[in-house]
Amino acid sequence: MLFREAGQFKTDYAADQSVLPLREDRWFVWFALAFAALFPAFFPFGIDNDYVMTAIMLPFMIYAMAAIGLNLLVGYTGLVSLGTAGFMSIGAFASYKIATSFEFLNVVVVFILGGGVAALIGIAFGLPSLRIKGFYLAVTTLAAHFFIEWLTTSWGWLSNYASSGVIVSPPLEMFGWSIDTPVEKHFFTLGILVAFTIIARNLVRGRLGRSWMAIRDMDVAAEVIGIPMLKTKLLAFAISSFYCGMAGALWAFVNLGAVEPQAFDINLAFTILFMVIIGGLGSIPGSFMGALFFVCTPLVLANGPALFGIVLPQHVLTNLEFMVFGGLIIFFLIVEPHGFARLWELTKEKLRLWPFPH
Amino acid sequence: MSETVLFALEAGLNGLTVGIMYSLVALGFVLIFKASGIFNFAQGALVFFAGLTFVRFLEMGVNFTLAVLITTAIIMIFAVLIEMFVLRKLVNQELIILFMATIGLNFFIEGLTELVWDSNSHALNIEDKTLGFAVPDAGIDWIWDNIGLGINQIDVVATIVAILMLIGLTLFFNKTRVGRALRAVADDHQAAMSVGIPLQTIWAVTWAFAGLIALVAAIFWGSKVGVQFSLSQLALKALPVLIIGGFDSIAGAVVGGLIIGFSENMFEIYAGEFIGGGTTNWFPYALATVFLLFRPQGLFGLKIIERV
Repeated sequence: MLFREAGQFKTDYAADQSVLPLREDRWFVWFALAFAALFPAFFPFGIDNDYVMTAIMLPFMIYAMAAIGLNLLVGYTGLVSLGTAGFMSIGAFASYKIATSFEFLNVVVVFILGGGVAALIGIAFGLPSLRIKGFYLAVTTLAAHFFIEWLTTSWGWLSNYASSGVIVSPPLEMFGWSIDTPVEKHFFTLGILVAFTIIARNLVRGRLGRSWMAIRDMDVAAEVIGIPMLKTKLLAFAISSFYCGMAGALWAFVNLGAVEPQAFDINLAFTILFMVIIGGLGSIPGSFMGALFFVCTPLVLANGPALFGIVLPQHVLTNLEFMVFGGLIIFFLIVEPHGFARLWELTKEKLRLWPFPH
Repeated sequence: MSETVLFALEAGLNGLTVGIMYSLVALGFVLIFKASGIFNFAQGALVFFAGLTFVRFLEMGVNFTLAVLITTAIIMIFAVLIEMFVLRKLVNQELIILFMATIGLNFFIEGLTELVWDSNSHALNIEDKTLGFAVPDAGIDWIWDNIGLGINQIDVVATIVAILMLIGLTLFFNKTRVGRALRAVADDHQAAMSVGIPLQTIWAVTWAFAGLIALVAAIFWGSKVGVQFSLSQLALKALPVLIIGGFDSIAGAVVGGLIIGFSENMFEIYAGEFIGGGTTNWFPYALATVFLLFRPQGLFGLKIIERV
């Protein structure tokens, strides 16, 4: 009864084709958005606001961005990739080079160009996907990852010959507005994330997204009905890498401020893949839920025992985090291989009937 | 022999011995892949777990052979637990899901190992005082004196062990009843169960064997570089080995390891200096990618890979 969609009539085509046809879904999204926007100003529990924004919201939003990007590739097109961290790294370093070479550019333009470079690299490394797939493809994307990691470490030009290889974020400015306080960073990232979520959401329900899903479900059949394999797969790689590149640039410039090539290591790629799988393959809301889960679980694990008055040493805590994290991945794969997104759908089904069992 | 030839020979031999070490890790992967169709990402963590457990027992003053037995027992219990709590619940799921589960397992084992033991690097010597054998991490004097080549004794023993495992596993898979059952399970979980193959026992046995191979790999790796966390990263290094050798070929794991070890060492020495060095991290993957484009099933693998 809580989630009632009966009586919501669509009277024109525009309403029928809207992104969120259900009123409850719209409410939920508006609520979430309002919460995210008001979060920094009115966080009520007396915790340091800046901490909440920089330690929870920023990583969450950037992870979500990367997870959406990977989900387009793995969840929608069915091409398993472990090159996410590499593409993020390309985005960060390309943005850095562009920002330092053309200082007059608007920071959003810089990020988009950085994402564009990542997209080009993504196309290059996506070429093997035309011949191999599945697990074997993952290995070739690993090649991409390690090659990029080596390149960013040993090619000094990329970091303007900084002796340590660390790139330091140039001042973030657009239209004379300088982004440096946590609140400004929060809104900047939120704006980018919302814009690109809308784009992704519309991509996957449009022609391109449907072609991707057709390829995922059965590539031979997709080719038979006339979907161009080369173009569609490479577009999937390009757009996915673009999102990852943007996320990498945000990660380096907005979240960390200064970054070394080793920040984008293979564990990051696995982390993003987890978010996608735990969140739900082939689901944009799932990417958000996966990212939220990943950001919040360590916090809960770190602060949970303290609530009960148990103080654990740091190394025990770190290892426990590993164990619980691995355990949860297995648990979720056993209970619901389709991730949080499916759980959310099931919850909606239940709410639709509530309080009746059938 | 002239200096350059000797240098090239030594570089090649070095590469080959590193390759043998890769093969030891890769064999564990092949075993599980052949027996269940799962690509076991947690094999590296198993190596770490087995190695650290083993070395900590050694440090407690346990005799070498006894420590091997204790660790083997622990690994067997561990394998049964993995089967009970992870694999059994995931029968007949898509393979990619199983692969993800092993990534979760990888995290779990890494955390558990460091929690139970510690996260320091431990030195490991292959030496049993009561039985009176030792394999020192040193060259063989006779070869050094007569030819001028440094060949490490550990490498020689590792090569012999790898060959023995190669023969043993091949016989096991092709000639024994259990081996055939394992191959049936890899083909199709459900079909195997329906003809009466006890899937649960089979999986527990396989994982126990894989753990045993992990222990062997851990002992040799540990005696060369010390038992430490980086052992769990070996899983990543074994991937290109498997691609080149073929996922389901035991001989392929050994040959692939040799090819990877040899070529990455040669590339680093003769081409690496022109492009900045440190190429061993990505070169195996690049080689594997090229291999995949021309021979997706690897050198010895069964030709069943779907083409796009």
